[in-house]
Amino acid sequence: MKRRDFIQKTAVGATFASLGGLSLASCAPEKQSHITILHTNDVHSHIDPFPADHPDFPNQGGVARRATLIENIRQENPNTILLDAGDIFQGTPYFNYYGGELEYKLMSMLRYDAVTLGNHDFDNGIEGILAQLPNANFDFVSANYAFVNTPLEDYIKPYKIFVRGEIRIGVFGLGIELEGLVEKKNYGETVYIDPIEIAQDITKELKEKENCDLVICLSHLGYHYKGDKVSDLKLAAQTQDIDLIIGGHTHTFLDKPAVVKNKINEDVLVNQVGCYGINVGRVDFYFDKASKVKSQGKSILV
Amino acid sequence: MKIKHFVIIITLLVAYNCSKEPQKLRQIEAKQININDSLKEVTEIEEFIKPKREYIKADLEKILCYNPTYLSKKGNNLNSALGNLMADIVYEQANPIFNERTGKNIDFVLLNYGGIRATIPEGNITTRTAFEVMPFENTILVAELSYDQLKDLESYLIENEKAHPVSQQFHLEFRKDKSVKSFTINKKTPQKNKTYYVATSNFLLGGGDHMDFFKEALSVTPVDYLLRKAMIDYFAKQDTLQTSTDKRLYID
Repeated sequence: MKRRDFIQKTAVGATFASLGGLSLASCAPEKQSHITILHTNDVHSHIDPFPADHPDFPNQGGVARRATLIENIRQENPNTILLDAGDIFQGTPYFNYYGGELEYKLMSMLRYDAVTLGNHDFDNGIEGILAQLPNANFDFVSANYAFVNTPLEDYIKPYKIFVRGEIRIGVFGLGIELEGLVEKKNYGETVYIDPIEIAQDITKELKEKENCDLVICLSHLGYHYKGDKVSDLKLAAQTQDIDLIIGGHTHTFLDKPAVVKNKINEDVLVNQVGCYGINVGRVDFYFDKASKVKSQGKSILV
Repeated sequence: MKIKHFVIIITLLVAYNCSKEPQKLRQIEAKQININDSLKEVTEIEEFIKPKREYIKADLEKILCYNPTYLSKKGNNLNSALGNLMADIVYEQANPIFNERTGKNIDFVLLNYGGIRATIPEGNITTRTAFEVMPFENTILVAELSYDQLKDLESYLIENEKAHPVSQQFHLEFRKDKSVKSFTINKKTPQKNKTYYVATSNFLLGGGDHMDFFKEALSVTPVDYLLRKAMIDYFAKQDTLQTSTDKRLYID
């Protein structure tokens, strides 16, 4: 069966080849890749669903339900990546009683792929993160926190490359300035680096050295601020080569993801899904090899 | 035989061409999926959580008092009943300890808007409520501020324009153009030769929310009292919670 299919498709390809020269369109139909990105942010230790009589989020959230959703989507598309944009810790007694052990263990059970650090992830100090790392079966990415001379130095990388099918996906992390937000004793020698500057360097590296087809920024900078403070919208506008910014920190519930023009007038998708595990964001990326695509550009449906 | 060969050769050529040309991003679709009771729970996950939930629950479900109205930190004109309640709780619970240690009284309390992490629904208040509103392990400290530092605190609240909780001894009303209508502590205009004892959290004293006037505090006295514990102790003394808004911090 399979072999026959193969030959049939090849025969079609050969026909095209003989008609129009070795056109690249000949391999378009079967060479489509589909990558699904799922994301959460600011879950803040919300493991259980909110009760039915909760004034803000009745009957919503809950890790065991999120697990079902994620499993369904993975069955639909095995090329799925699950990400979190930080502030995993702090917000329910689960954190006060178990110090983040449950949060990391559950995220490992849900097979999270990568997360970045939010300010509240420092609430038990650098030592508090370190103590829970053995429970985390996923990667930590942060490009603008320098952990040199801290115990986290060897555990947190600027970015992580995921390969799904033929597609290389680079995921890098950005965190908010800790001074004024986190007690000094909790972040210790962690050095904050300007996120926009480092994002330019990292995206260049991901595109040119790592040959990434897709670049995703996991950000805990916050969606938008009135003043000059750096935010996801500013990051999107002042950089290039980022396809998707997954945000956090401001607990922003968006009606739909934002589409922002970057430095070279290309579209960047910026999303954030509120907080407390009320929502999961889903972004589907479709790739193909049709030569006409380049002139078409990409379309974004939100 | 010959045909087979032909097919294989073409295949290789086509494949070669395909692999050289990277796939291009053509389409992006984005959406948000709500997690609600239409999704079944994964049994394995639920069973992992259950014993921990029950352990904590037993510890937290103790009813402390009754709250007759929904309380949110999102107030009107920078004033909310929940913010007022939080600051007044800190005053009532911490001042006796501070007084016993120093012979002095707290002048007022200043907390931060961001430190209130949940709303309080109408109904029974339990230990859990205190955990939800104040999940952080923040402790109460008393900072002694000079007159100049107090004026910096005043400017901060005007510039910052956030509903930071203050206790009832503090009164600052200002207009949208940032001009001050009235500013008093214990109904008196601040005095240049006096120092002020301000109870706050270790988070704010440690540089949180850029309340920089705390940085050079003349003295700092720990009260060794968790903010959350102060709430729990206060709730336990009440039968029905009394809360209200006023104009202690108010923008007109």
